[in-house]
Amino acid sequence: MGRIVLNRDRCKACYICVDSCPNKVLEADEKVNALGYYPAKFNADKKCAGCAICARVCPDMAIEKVYR
Amino acid sequence: MRKKELLKGNYAIAKAAVEAGCQSYFAYPITPQSEIGEYLSSEMPKLGRAYVSAESEVAAISMLLGAGSTGVKAMTSSSSCAVALMQEGLSFIAGDEIPCVLVSVMRAGPGLGYIYPSQGDYFQTTKGGGNGDYKIITFAPSSVQECIDLTYKCFYVSQKYRTPVCLLADGMLGQMMEPAVIGEYPYEEIDQSGWALDGAKNREARHIASIEREQETLRQRVEKIFEKYNKILENENIFEKYETEGAKLIITAFGSIARIAKAAVKLARKNGLKVGLFRPILLNPFPEETVAEIAEKAEVILDIELNCGQMLQDIKASIAGKVKIPVKFYGRPAGVMMTVEEIYKQIENCYREITEKKYGTACI
Amino acid sequence: MEQLVYKKPDSIRDDFKITFCPGCDHGVAVRLVAEVLDELGVRENTIGIASVGCSVFSYDFFNVDIVEAQHGRSMAVATGVKRSKPDKIVFTYQGDGDLASIGIAETIHAMTRGEKVTAICINNTTYGMTGGQAGPTTLLGQVTTTTTQGRRADINGYPIKISELLKEIEGTAYVARVTLDSPQAVVNAKKCIKKAFEAQIKGLGTGFVEILATCPTNWKMTPQQAHERVRGEMSDVFKPGIYKDKVSEAK
Ligand SMILES: Cc1ncc(C[n+]2csc(CCOP(=O)(O)OP(=O)(O)O)c2C)c(N)n1
Ligand code: SF4
Ligand code: SF4
Ligand code: SF4
Ligand SMILES: [Mg+2]
Repeated sequence: MGRIVLNRDRCKACYICVDSCPNKVLEADEKVNALGYYPAKFNADKKCAGCAICARVCPDMAIEKVYR
Repeated sequence: MRKKELLKGNYAIAKAAVEAGCQSYFAYPITPQSEIGEYLSSEMPKLGRAYVSAESEVAAISMLLGAGSTGVKAMTSSSSCAVALMQEGLSFIAGDEIPCVLVSVMRAGPGLGYIYPSQGDYFQTTKGGGNGDYKIITFAPSSVQECIDLTYKCFYVSQKYRTPVCLLADGMLGQMMEPAVIGEYPYEEIDQSGWALDGAKNREARHIASIEREQETLRQRVEKIFEKYNKILENENIFEKYETEGAKLIITAFGSIARIAKAAVKLARKNGLKVGLFRPILLNPFPEETVAEIAEKAEVILDIELNCGQMLQDIKASIAGKVKIPVKFYGRPAGVMMTVEEIYKQIENCYREITEKKYGTACI
Repeated sequence: MEQLVYKKPDSIRDDFKITFCPGCDHGVAVRLVAEVLDELGVRENTIGIASVGCSVFSYDFFNVDIVEAQHGRSMAVATGVKRSKPDKIVFTYQGDGDLASIGIAETIHAMTRGEKVTAICINNTTYGMTGGQAGPTTLLGQVTTTTTQGRRADINGYPIKISELLKEIEGTAYVARVTLDSPQAVVNAKKCIKKAFEAQIKGLGTGFVEILATCPTNWKMTPQQAHERVRGEMSDVFKPGIYKDKVSEAK
């Protein structure tokens, strides 16, 4: 099991992480963030592998930490 | 005591740069100053210092920007059409407040012109071709000894005020042989560690950049730079006054022409003419008040330059609204050097017109 | 026990601002450089050169000393820094317009001198910052604001192949072209960036990495479509790969 720390106010909603997550843990939030985007959201119900793929592809370093 | 040696201006500048502790030198060859690079290409490596033969003056000035940003004493040297290529970098360096020294040995222009002596780049240096509000602090030597002393001064002023400084010489000075002493660097070393880039160890990361997004911050930054120019004018204004007391006619001249003018003034004094010479050594910022003070008691100013009248504009601006006397000009575009007799003749003509009361305030 | 497997690199400021558009590869490239500086343990001994282009505000994110160069002059500025402080790690972060158009002379000559610096070039086939005009790397047929009918060889000439050109220069020790279009590509890109820094650290010569990167804004594509383009037509013309590797040879 893994988990990530996502700073939703840094996210610019490119959804590259959403497309890259092997376990489809990430999805688009339905609430806007401080920048006015619908940021990526970590779905705690899904199984995060803690692979850090999402953090590696995020252009905004919005995913600040990944634990496994 | 160090001994006098017979030195060419260019070598004097190069040797003084070494003595001043210049750590990095970058340049691309151009006559009449190539000896500076030739000398430093062999001397710098011996001392474990940097000499880089740049691919262009655009690159040389950029290397200077990089070197200066680390806080070392750094220098480039060039001439006229090649200094033209450096204007972009100079504007950035001024905006970045990076200390460094540019030696500009003027040749005749425009364009390629030729290597004849000229003072045609007074405007290029003091008015600049780079963009934005900035000044390149400029000192102009008129002897080989001054080439040495002012090279020291350039390094000192650049580091003290964190600003680019230009030593503005010309082909005649660069090529002339004269006895001079390479004394020790006479100034205190100025600690640059408070701002220079050397890796963010045990401190916050620093950045040096001219770009500024905030309108207000940009304004303040440029204003701060201009305050610095005022301080430089206040503290570093060096000039030569010769027989200006009681002079009816003041000759203004800078650089190599000034020494010829001085000989002509000496001759005039010997012949009983009340003539004096004012030679600004700090050309930028221009010592307007000093000129106005000297002009106060004079009746005419005769500005002499080896160009079509460049410093002339600053002389006129200096007295405008303060002293109502005419400013005459004698000069010619680059090429043939002036002689003492030639200048003396101009002095005589001017003086005759004074005694004949030809000048009213109307001709200002 | 839960383990931390990823965190922001120390070579990125704590109060960093990413000034790039959504989904722009610049952001990933910057982070990779920062991670490499961390891994090599050189952050406190590094001076970076910010070039004019979308990355001009490098000091907003890099937690290292930074000096800004004039447009195109980064490699000359890097030369000045490195020659004055030879023990420092010096890198440039440049756009394709900066490095391969206005700065091609500075680039080639710094590399010809074998300056011991690392150059990272973001090739997004356009002048991004000025609004997407055709640049030196714009592909034939590519529509930009100054090639509205697509780039034509007879009018606009051909795209310059940076890595192929720079590998021929004797002073380069490492030359690679990478992409950031997938997680594996990102991992590979980081390896190459590290090698390009090792080339400098080992004193072998200039290290260079060309990163085929997206400019979703000016390409008028989603980040996903933009990565498709990198994988497709861009990689067809600009073949990713390691063009020169004196670092491995030296091992
Ligand atoms: C001498 C000069 N010419 C033009 C510009 C305008 N300008 C700013 S950024 C830029 C293009 C940058 O393109 P590139 O280097 O590819 O970087 P990108 O923005 O695409 O990352 C231009 C032309 C400038 N700042 N200076
Ligand atoms: S990759 Fe980063 S910026 Fe893009 S959606 Fe995911 S968290 Fe947001
Ligand atoms: S760490 Fe891996 S599994 Fe978890 S959210 Fe990120 S990409 Fe998905
Ligand atoms: S203009 Fe293009 S290259 Fe520049 S930040 Fe935006 S997407 Fe990135
Ligand atoms: Mg670009």
